[in-house]
Amino acid sequence: MTVRADERLERSAAAARGGSGAVVELLARRAEPVAIGLIAIGIGLALFSLFLLAVGKSPATFFSLMYVGGFGSWFSLQNSLSRAAPLLLTALCVALPARLGLVVIGGEGALALGGVAAAAAAAPLVNIAAPLPTLFLMAAAAVTVGGLWIGAIGYLRHYRGGNETIASLLAAYIAIALMNQLVEGVLRDPASLNKPSTAPLPPAYWIGKIPGTDVHWGLAIGLIACAVSYVLVEMTTWGFAARIAGGNARAAEVQGLPVGKLIVGFTTLAGGFAGLAGMIEVAAVQGNANASLAAGYGYTGILVSFLARHNPLAIAPIAILLGGIEASGGLIQRRMGLPDATVLVLQGVLFVVILFCETLYGRFRIFNPELWKRDA
Amino acid sequence: METTAIGLWGVPLGILAGAIRVSTPFIFVSLGETITERSGRINLGLEGTLVFAAMAAYAVDVLTGSPWLGVLAAMAAGSVFGFVHGFICKFPRVNDVAIGIAMMQFGLGLAFFLGKPFIQPVAPHLPSVPLGFWSNVPQVRSALDVNVLFLVGAGLAFALKWGFANSGLGLKLRVVGDSSDAARALGLDPDRARLFATAVGGALAAVGGAYLSLSYPGLWSERVSSGQGLMAVALVIFARWNPVGCFWAALLFGGAGALGPALQSVGVTQGYYLFYAAPYVLTLIIMIATSSPARSAAGMPGVLAAR
Repeated sequence: MTVRADERLERSAAAARGGSGAVVELLARRAEPVAIGLIAIGIGLALFSLFLLAVGKSPATFFSLMYVGGFGSWFSLQNSLSRAAPLLLTALCVALPARLGLVVIGGEGALALGGVAAAAAAAPLVNIAAPLPTLFLMAAAAVTVGGLWIGAIGYLRHYRGGNETIASLLAAYIAIALMNQLVEGVLRDPASLNKPSTAPLPPAYWIGKIPGTDVHWGLAIGLIACAVSYVLVEMTTWGFAARIAGGNARAAEVQGLPVGKLIVGFTTLAGGFAGLAGMIEVAAVQGNANASLAAGYGYTGILVSFLARHNPLAIAPIAILLGGIEASGGLIQRRMGLPDATVLVLQGVLFVVILFCETLYGRFRIFNPELWKRDA
Repeated sequence: METTAIGLWGVPLGILAGAIRVSTPFIFVSLGETITERSGRINLGLEGTLVFAAMAAYAVDVLTGSPWLGVLAAMAAGSVFGFVHGFICKFPRVNDVAIGIAMMQFGLGLAFFLGKPFIQPVAPHLPSVPLGFWSNVPQVRSALDVNVLFLVGAGLAFALKWGFANSGLGLKLRVVGDSSDAARALGLDPDRARLFATAVGGALAAVGGAYLSLSYPGLWSERVSSGQGLMAVALVIFARWNPVGCFWAALLFGGAGALGPALQSVGVTQGYYLFYAAPYVLTLIIMIATSSPARSAAGMPGVLAAR
């Protein structure tokens, strides 16, 4: 959690001492999360391979298909990147509250309602307003609704003392029920017979593709959101205050930090990002709001954030990795005759092992310069 | 369903029937979680255990034809899930809430994976006791056709309340849950106690899962549970870690869950999804109403209150 603070201390210490030893120490510290992350992924893949062997399938075939289906060609890479776009935003919905020590896992609900809000905002504007302002208003509506939805969880947590983890997941079930009610009720396009949906967005109003690719602009928006979050968390006083409050809320309050405002602010921003993911799904993938909005991006985002140890910059590569794993699911299903839940099993194993490996932090002498001196 | 004979009486009757039918998984999961939390640990992953147990029970029932073997298999699977959770949480720096979420996703994934071949086949159900034998009204009879597991759960709630207060094992569990230091001073190993409390909690939650697939709704599908395991965990807080409180709260939640179908059976179809969301809304409202920012909840195990 306090990587950056450690690093600053380390830098000033290094400046005081000078010399190349300081650089080595800094590198050692930096290498710890990467090495432990790789160890965890290695253990996870090994366990999953054992599972595949137990059900009589070849791990080698599985992983080569996963590579081909997720990253092996320009086509599959673009597919993975498109799937990574919502994951970037839903992972931020977990990572930002995590800075305050909160475990919020209801991003799926904010995404669903954000998508509905975007579709509802578009309905009166389509064919009247120009596409760009319409998209802007759709995004504003989605961010507002998503932000209020998760911000309310933060409020409940701080001012009522309710458990934010359970509350956010309950709220996600409620949000999905609300989405179904709205999409099949007042917002339903009468022309959508088999799959109740809102009115389709005319092609001119869609979020386009990044030139030269088949990947929509949602990826760029997600990456910008990660960069902005990184700056907020690591380089501003708010981010610093949030980390202190996450370490010890009572101590932070004694210090005069506005813990309540920080919690509500961070959870609102987090929900806003998840809502934005819903808007992007509507305006770049689905073309309307329908039950497919609740496709599990919110839940995979939890895994992405934990794998990234809630670091917004680390979220980007991991979201692309998991986007690729999910993108390869169809190919694996067809070629190996494995059920679509195989990817869920892999994700679950990785999730458990990654959390288990948290216990390895601080145990390796090589990554902890202060242990070097103790012996010397 | 024939509703015209009793008209609108079908609504409260439907809610009563639903409360009895729907509450059973809530009872078992919340009793299991109560045992785990009383030992000073939280297992948020019981939703995954519930769904995996539903699959395991159904699969064993399909393969052997014996629903009771299915329940046993579910309990074995549930205790393994609890054991894994408890084992991992023994290590320093491991967060039990996060592990719960991970185990939930793992349990769901594994259940969907292994359960694929069992979505179609039909399996025999658990028996029920016709407590409505005195009535001539078919709806009353069907409402009071109570499953054996409901009765077991009700008995277990009272037995656990007695056991926490009076049995040696119950007292040891409470000491461990109230203070790790006090427990060590008494020669108890808190990590070991929590490991077993989580395993027992998982086994009990699994009985709830077996009920889902072997009685009501009585089949295995990927949507067999929609958050019951999670709501039951929330319900433990509402019930103040009191097993008998869990029983009453489970009945209340069962009734709320039956509101939608009961209204639908008398022809109210407006807002189906909103009634479907009633139990979640109720859980949230109760959480907001009963939690307090200033002090930890009455009855909360000391180890949980301290963090």
